[in-house]
Amino acid sequence: MAKITYVAHDGASTTVDVADGVSLMEGALQNGISGIDGDCGGNAACATCHVYVAEGWGDRTGSISELEEAMLDLADGRQANSRLACQIKASADLDGLVLNMPETQH
Amino acid sequence: MATQPNLAAAAPIKHTVPREQFEYTWPLPPRHRPDLPEYTAGSLSAYLATAPLDEVDIADPIYWENDCHWTYFKRLRDEAPIHFTHHNSNRHRGYWSVTRWADIMAVDTNHQVFSSDAHLGGITLFDMDQDFIMPMFIAMDQPKHDVQRKAVNPIVSGSNLAAFEELIRSRTQEVLDGLPRGEVFDWVDRVSIELTSRMLATLFDFPQEHRRKLTYWSDIATADPEVPGNLQKEERQAVLMGMLQEFMGLWNARVNDPEPKGDLISMLAHNPATRDMPPMEFMGNLVLLIVGGNDTTRNSISGGLKFLNDNPAEYAKLRANPELIESMVSEIIRYQTPLAHMRRTALEDTILGGQHIAKGDKIIMWYVSGNRDERAIENPDAFIIDRPRARQHMSFGFGIHRCVGNRLAELQLKILWEEIMKRFDNIEVVEAPERVPSAFVKGYKSLMVRIPA
Ligand code: HEM
Ligand code: FES
Repeated sequence: MAKITYVAHDGASTTVDVADGVSLMEGALQNGISGIDGDCGGNAACATCHVYVAEGWGDRTGSISELEEAMLDLADGRQANSRLACQIKASADLDGLVLNMPETQH
Repeated sequence: MATQPNLAAAAPIKHTVPREQFEYTWPLPPRHRPDLPEYTAGSLSAYLATAPLDEVDIADPIYWENDCHWTYFKRLRDEAPIHFTHHNSNRHRGYWSVTRWADIMAVDTNHQVFSSDAHLGGITLFDMDQDFIMPMFIAMDQPKHDVQRKAVNPIVSGSNLAAFEELIRSRTQEVLDGLPRGEVFDWVDRVSIELTSRMLATLFDFPQEHRRKLTYWSDIATADPEVPGNLQKEERQAVLMGMLQEFMGLWNARVNDPEPKGDLISMLAHNPATRDMPPMEFMGNLVLLIVGGNDTTRNSISGGLKFLNDNPAEYAKLRANPELIESMVSEIIRYQTPLAHMRRTALEDTILGGQHIAKGDKIIMWYVSGNRDERAIENPDAFIIDRPRARQHMSFGFGIHRCVGNRLAELQLKILWEEIMKRFDNIEVVEAPERVPSAFVKGYKSLMVRIPA
């Protein structure tokens, strides 16, 4: 299990527990966190779960597939620390992770 | 000895006939149709329920005009989820139908293997006219697709659309306030077309008094030249060239403004990422925005009203709780599936759902079927306005070509339903709608309604 903090673009912050193996997109949807839509159900195919991973956590959140890279490249507000939350699975390693959300997803 | 049957001649083809070996003729050869001279929606549905899967060409517009394709897609999902159609291949070269959610997702997300390139035929079941290709990024592969999409993307992103919201709302209010009470009228013409054309004219800052031109061009761009009454190929191309010219005029008038105005044309003309692109490509992108945003939104506007009428309990839920509009908008778009399919061309031999796909094969992703796949969506044939996870539908496609205008479409529908619920307790559909005869644009020609006095 990991405590994950989701910070909306307006600064509103919510911290929830996400069970091991559950994606951080699912973690947001299950807890009704707005700003993460998850339209494709977690296939790295819609980019509506785009988040910014806090500094220093990059090597713990796993690698980026070719499709994820292509989708991020087309997303609004792409940054070096951009990820698709559906491609990151919760584990004890990620306990305390903070995810910021971009202004818009589409 | 009895003569041997000529197996070679009778054997159905299993792969798309290569374009080089295919004789394109115009008009196309006549269709083989079911032997039902006096067909009705009922008799066509009954036929599709038992016909051999291989003897059906579901691209035939009669099935769509009569809204009876459902049975056939259910059979394909259950019995032959990756299915090749050779029937009528002298018209379409043969195509694979992909009908399950997961398989469609696999094709849509594999842009390395499944191409959208206009020069291979493009993104619809029938190949794009090879002598009239307007460059638009929906029918391009990487890397060019990405460059052009990125140029258009900010224009239809949520933050930019917020600036249009008040204008869209006031235009919506005007249209609704002008509707007659106690009188039968066509919702498609008075509301769906009127609203989408006003909204498009607003977004492009196109002269409002000429807004129906946008509708006309969009209709022409997608109209099937085979359908009696539609423009022939050459006439159609001439009309589209006229449209390009008119937009060039607006472009030229705005490109030298000291500061860009807020409309889409000014934004394209001034944005450093887009202002130096060749004019034809800008035009292709504009056309894509017009066409992409027109029929689709229009038919979602019509469909929503029809679904609420067909499902009075859902309509009652909405009256009791207008907060449901947001999830209802997604459910309307799923249930309507305004584009029934997108097509790809295989760039190499591959295996899809156990079937061998050859390089050059045409693959049809039937979103209309994926959106009713009981393997992915619970109770998919029901229209449920507060469906959990209503956003998880495939009407906008997936992967790098996923609809870039999705937020704009959702915003338009949301504002419309908010304004409808403030004004009208009930809008009754009084007769069955007239449907568009197309396996691509899934929609309505007319929908007669009455608002009680
Ligand atoms: C309910 C309304 C709409 C539906 C159902 C819809 C559906 C689609 C679909 C299925 C695709 C192709 C996805 C794929 O190949 O994977 C697409 C692409 C596209 N749509 Fe929409 N659309 C809608 C509204 C709009 C609007 C309002 C606009 C314009 C402002 C728009 C502009 C585009 C563009 C530009 C593309 C090409 C994207 C690309 O190739 O990267 N659409 N749309
Ligand atoms: S949920 Fe679609 S990309 Fe993550």
